[in-house]
Amino acid sequence: MGMCPEHYIDYMHDYLDGDITREHEQELKKHMQSCVSCQKHMHELSDTVAFVKSATHIMAPPHFEANVMGRLPKRKNVLGIQKWLRRHPIIVAAAVFFLLMGATLMASYPNDNQFSVTTQPNLVVDGQTVIVPKGEVVKGDVVVKNGNLIIEGEVDGNVTVINGSYMASTAVVSGQIEEINETFDWLWYKIKKLANDAMALFE
Amino acid sequence: MDALVNKRIKQVLKGDQNAYADIVNLYQHKLYQICYRMLGNKQEAEDIAQEAFIRAYINLHSYDQKRKFSTWIYRIATNLCIDRIRKKKPDYYLDAEVAGTDGLDMYSQIAADEQLPEEAVEQMELQDRIQYEISRLPDKYRSVIVLKYIEELSLQEISEILDMPLGTVKTRIHRGREALRKQLNNL
Repeated sequence: MGMCPEHYIDYMHDYLDGDITREHEQELKKHMQSCVSCQKHMHELSDTVAFVKSATHIMAPPHFEANVMGRLPKRKNVLGIQKWLRRHPIIVAAAVFFLLMGATLMASYPNDNQFSVTTQPNLVVDGQTVIVPKGEVVKGDVVVKNGNLIIEGEVDGNVTVINGSYMASTAVVSGQIEEINETFDWLWYKIKKLANDAMALFE
Repeated sequence: MDALVNKRIKQVLKGDQNAYADIVNLYQHKLYQICYRMLGNKQEAEDIAQEAFIRAYINLHSYDQKRKFSTWIYRIATNLCIDRIRKKKPDYYLDAEVAGTDGLDMYSQIAADEQLPEEAVEQMELQDRIQYEISRLPDKYRSVIVLKYIEELSLQEISEILDMPLGTVKTRIHRGREALRKQLNNL
């Protein structure tokens, strides 16, 4: 067979794969009519294919399915959470944002019970109580921490009382009045303040 | 069948583990057969076929439902088989005595990787002979021959399963056939 050009062998394989062109097939047939060794080679290849194809079908053992089901990993919550996280990236981003924001704001939550008040000249401080005297007009925002506020006069601005109480009977306040006692109130107040400051930047 | 498979896959992905039983049931024989023909050993074939189903289950979320499930899971199985074949070789010394077998060495444990004497081969039953000849093929030819002639898959599917170009699959099938032809005619 060594005498025959290599490409006849290639044609044989193309023929066995079922993708030989018509011209090649005719060329191969013509060649094989006169070449015993190529005939033999082709026969051997066909026999080889028939030999492998005569393999019986093998079945999986009867307990196979049950064994696989028994070996499956139990559904872990971790997997579920991971899947959920993968599907909701925006919620995850928002959650991380709030977590970090919250941590920052918490850090600034007044843990000390120190009494403090904004310094306006006409505020009267009596122990832990701040008084806006009758007839007086206090300009600007008034913030009282860990103390009470009594307004008898007028405030031209916002009033905020943190961890204390606010008393006003006939008060005139041009801005908003807020009383903050809880942590969440405090957070909300801080966030609003941040937002207001940010708005102020753009104005 | 594909519609049923995709329905079951969706159920599994939603958390219904039992829906996976139908998938195992549909593909168990095909998958086991590939593994058995590749590895030539029932115990290993069962091991690897089970492993393939478990890997498929764990990675089910990464399966692209637009493609054929059989192609995907056959690929997992053939990769595991090829890994196993490659690992098996340097894992132990062939002439080391096997513990508790009283003088038997590893040669007697290997199904058919080594060439047997001619008379022994001639006396084999046809089915044993087929498995023996397949096992003697180098693993890169073995996988294409098994997929083509035992599983009767198209060249296109084989190229997807083995993740290699169609031309490479053809070349390997040609060489695999030649190798088998030589094995059969040496006797």
